[in-house]
Amino acid sequence: MSADLTGTASAAGTGGRPGLVRHLLRSPLAIGSILVILVAIVLAIAEEWLTPFPPNSVQIQLTNAPPFTTDYLLGGDKFGRDILSRLIAGSRGAMVGVLIVVSISVVLGVVTGLIAGYYGKLFDSLGSWGAAVLMAVPGIIVLIALYTLVDASMEVAMAVLGVLSSPSFFWLTRTLTRGVKSELYVDAARVSGLSDARIVGRHVLIAIRAPIIIMTSFLAGTALAVQAGLEFLGLSDRQRPSWGGMLTDAFANIYRAGWQLIWPGLALGLVMAAFVLVGNAVRDALQGTYVKPSRRARRRQIVQLLGDAAVTRTLGTRAAPMAAGSERQDSGRPGQEPLLVIEELRIAYPRETDSREVVHGVSVQVEAGQVVGLVGESGSGKTQTVFAALGVLPEEAIIAGGSVRLDGRELLGLRPAELVAVRGTAMGYVPQEPMSNLDPSFTVGAQLVHGIRAQRPEMGRRQARHLAMEMLARVGIHEPKRTFASYPHEISGGMAQRVLIAGAVACEPKLLIADEPTTALDVTVQAEILDLLRDLQRERQMGVLLVTHNFGVVADLCDRVVVMREGVVVEHGAVAKVFHDPQHEYTRMLLDAILDDVAPRSSVPRERRG
Amino acid sequence: MSESLLEVNHLDVVYGRGRSAKQALHDVSIAISAGETLGLVGESGSGKTTLGRTVLGLVPASRGSIVFDGTDITRLDRRGRRRLATELQAVFQDPYSSLNPSMTVSDILVEPLIAQGVKRLDADERIRQLMASVSLPPDSLTRYAREFSGGQRQRIAIARALALDPRLIVCDEPVSALDLTTQLRVLDLLIEIQERTGVAYLFITHDLAVVRYMSHRVAVMHQGRIVETGDTGVVTERPEQEYTKRLLVANLVADPEEQARRRQLRWALG
Amino acid sequence: MIGYLARRLATGAFVFVAVTALCFLLLYVRGGEAIARSLLGSQSDAGPEFVAAKAEALGLNRPIPEQYVDWFIGVITGDLGRSFVSNVEVTAIMATRIPITLSLVAVSLLLTVILSVALGVGAATRGGLVDRVLQLLAVAVRAIPGYWLALVLVLVFALGLRLFPATGYVPITTSFGGWLASIFLPSIAIAIGNVASVGTQLRGAMLDVLRQDYVRTLRSRGISERAIVFRHALRNAAAPAFTVLSLEVIGTLGGAVIVERIFALPGLGNLALTSGVLGDIPVVLGVVVFMVVVVVVVNVLVDIINGLLTPKARVG
Repeated sequence: MSADLTGTASAAGTGGRPGLVRHLLRSPLAIGSILVILVAIVLAIAEEWLTPFPPNSVQIQLTNAPPFTTDYLLGGDKFGRDILSRLIAGSRGAMVGVLIVVSISVVLGVVTGLIAGYYGKLFDSLGSWGAAVLMAVPGIIVLIALYTLVDASMEVAMAVLGVLSSPSFFWLTRTLTRGVKSELYVDAARVSGLSDARIVGRHVLIAIRAPIIIMTSFLAGTALAVQAGLEFLGLSDRQRPSWGGMLTDAFANIYRAGWQLIWPGLALGLVMAAFVLVGNAVRDALQGTYVKPSRRARRRQIVQLLGDAAVTRTLGTRAAPMAAGSERQDSGRPGQEPLLVIEELRIAYPRETDSREVVHGVSVQVEAGQVVGLVGESGSGKTQTVFAALGVLPEEAIIAGGSVRLDGRELLGLRPAELVAVRGTAMGYVPQEPMSNLDPSFTVGAQLVHGIRAQRPEMGRRQARHLAMEMLARVGIHEPKRTFASYPHEISGGMAQRVLIAGAVACEPKLLIADEPTTALDVTVQAEILDLLRDLQRERQMGVLLVTHNFGVVADLCDRVVVMREGVVVEHGAVAKVFHDPQHEYTRMLLDAILDDVAPRSSVPRERRG
Repeated sequence: MSESLLEVNHLDVVYGRGRSAKQALHDVSIAISAGETLGLVGESGSGKTTLGRTVLGLVPASRGSIVFDGTDITRLDRRGRRRLATELQAVFQDPYSSLNPSMTVSDILVEPLIAQGVKRLDADERIRQLMASVSLPPDSLTRYAREFSGGQRQRIAIARALALDPRLIVCDEPVSALDLTTQLRVLDLLIEIQERTGVAYLFITHDLAVVRYMSHRVAVMHQGRIVETGDTGVVTERPEQEYTKRLLVANLVADPEEQARRRQLRWALG
Repeated sequence: MIGYLARRLATGAFVFVAVTALCFLLLYVRGGEAIARSLLGSQSDAGPEFVAAKAEALGLNRPIPEQYVDWFIGVITGDLGRSFVSNVEVTAIMATRIPITLSLVAVSLLLTVILSVALGVGAATRGGLVDRVLQLLAVAVRAIPGYWLALVLVLVFALGLRLFPATGYVPITTSFGGWLASIFLPSIAIAIGNVASVGTQLRGAMLDVLRQDYVRTLRSRGISERAIVFRHALRNAAAPAFTVLSLEVIGTLGGAVIVERIFALPGLGNLALTSGVLGDIPVVLGVVVFMVVVVVVVNVLVDIINGLLTPKARVG
């Protein structure tokens, strides 16, 4: 059961989108970049016919001629040659170099990456070693050596550069291929009897197409830069005009005519930027751009969508008065209100121009010492509701309205620092997936101690350690010392869930919020964890709000049950009453879908259920 | 047992080699008759998925044999597998990963047909029938798999499995990722298809309630071994093996009184 | 952990042998005669027997594998041979050059780490302007060649504002301030490109980690946002960023060659260039050895740091 976090299923995935071309054509930057590349290609193909002057012809009187004043439109260089003609003539070398690097690198990297990723084993080891070696080769030095010592041409050097840069394609292809290969749809294709070639063609290539295009365009930019860099170092045929060579000439002339740096720099910059921007545009079209909004921007957006009150509820007040005021007012009637009151809670998510509400005025109450089950199918908003109570909603979420009170104290609108103080000490949280809820980089013990000391700053390290150890023993871990020193990947899922429970109740919260605490566990482990939760609840008289989709869990543990559907509470009441006499049609439908009481299908065909 | 459609005899599966080798299946034997559902229950790591994948040829067997309709299919080559694909198909657990998100439903359904060399026109006719048989509107053929909900995706996966009219479908936890109400509808669809076409299922699940609903017979797996096999009614109500008993009482019931009774039973078992 | 370390070191050693062998082969493949002839290039009237004698004297007539093994044994014992041109020991030639290139690499790496963490963490936690700046930088840097940027830096800060010397190198032993001033602009020119990629990587990893389930759980325990960002998120996001950093080091070494040229720093890059032009293979190979050692050491270091950061990697 996937957690209904935002209610909006993210359609992520690297597959090609049919609208990719259309998307690209909508971006002026992408169109401009493609045009620049096309122009460069045309120049490269037809340079002989397009240069106004022969690129190597000298007119002494036009030496260092400033641009836009003479026949030399962009000015003359230090030898009196036409800069424009040399730029146009240099485009061929530039584009041929890029073509060589890119084609060798892509073909070599993608083919080896496909083989290593798809067949694995020996192919994978060989490819990986080879790639590691190639990546450690000091490319520039080798290229310089090739030029100076081996008299290689620019084309050969670019081919070597292509080989040297193929590892990036190798790794990319290999990783993506392995990912696709482990997908169940490839298994399905194999079961259908598709040949390897067909699977690669139909499934793997579709998935890796776009990332390869992106990387190719980036490499094209880099190849151009490296080539020009080599030419700049003087490693090219001086008879052939090149953009990098023009930079060298200009650099030597920097004190007399510094402006000469501009033209070759501009040509290089434009084409490189075009390659990079095309790659970027493809990536944006596939993944979308995401700039994390600043707090101010969030504030503005929420005010615009849902008004000032929503801002305070969602982000907390900056000034203390309101929270303090409501606290004073509320603390006047302790005990009159249930432990946890969620009232008319509304949660929304921003969309492009408006917002979409996913929780529509939900009210839930938990009395001290009571276990309340919050039941619903995916998309019902049950997890959203408890996350709002804990103050751990996803960043984009907006609390559009309502109130959450713990022990009479309003939690929505608390300053972040105040909320931090409430968490852990007043309410604890047990998550759904035990493994993903432990920080993989810290030992189990370090995480527990860290949490305990955050809640009880007065505790020393040794005391906190002692308490953590005690808690581990309390939740039924036989060797607390060993588990304390273990990393999360070294313990089982059931054990991890015990650790998380230990962390949640270590500082004796009055309220425990558990989000599908046993869904990811095997049935036998599930039963043990439910026993543990029951014992802890009785022992400490905690109020528990338990989110689940499983009516069996409700039957096992809860006193009351709240049924949610699509962000609305449809029914609530004592567990026995709701189970035996459900009022709402939806509750009845859910209960009817439970298979517990069906007769087993046996060897004899059974009567079909009505 | 000679009339069995599928027979797995003394199957061992070992992953890895040398010191890191891990035996996933120990001496596993099962049999499924035509038109029958064999439920395979077990907890995570019990080897139930490995068994399904070995039958499908996705995991190599280390020892033992798999016989389908009298033919040994333990070590088939690609061509043999392709021929077998018309008889043996699969529906996987995760309806999100089992359909390629960048392919249309039509592309997905056509895939097994094309692998068998069916002509595109005939294939189009066939997939239209398939859509009807899993109660999806034919206009969804041009849409992408990612546009569908979990339950609908699982229907597409079932349609793909049915494309070649197989005689056995390995269903690996086909409903465990679905909501309760959706789950029931998909199960009913599978039963209806079975009654209509006489296909047999190897139905892998961790959910005892689901297995009772679906299976004629049940095999219980634990740590790579089959611990108990028998008629569903017998195994899920009067089990003989200790492990099966523990599994049964650990299973939750959506009834507070009955659940309290089970809890007592479980504690009594220790 | 020890097994992990041993494996990393073994990989490093293998890479070193393979890369040097590859380069050796590339440089010597033309054969002794050709190399000797190009060394004697200025005396173009040299007769064939003269060329043969030169090749013989330099030991170029032996089979390449044999030459490589001899050379490699020398490398292990710290002997890189002698220059073909000046007959000076290669190690002696390189000794004065290494501090310069190493300064460049070290300072630019330091700048890279500081700026990447500041920008990457800032973009991932504060968002807004910081995020925009980083993303813009990432595109801009890819589109602007490093040496072009270096040229602009020279024009603006050295020639225009006269804040830094345009060229030349001051040893750190002479004056720390002078050393820093002489190394600062070139280091910036190198670092900016690295910051773009390492910073973007760190930003992405931070955003990713901050959305992990365990961060929510840590928040629910009342751990402050600050501790979550710097203690938990940064630590988990650091490993992939370090990996990118180790890749950038290789690029940095390459970039150093051009930057040294622009700022007229007499480092290894310049040495490789001049020796290459002269046909001085042993010196070029010496530079190759140095670069490969730096790359291998950095990779092993990063692997070890990543092993410390991510406990799971140690087993695998």
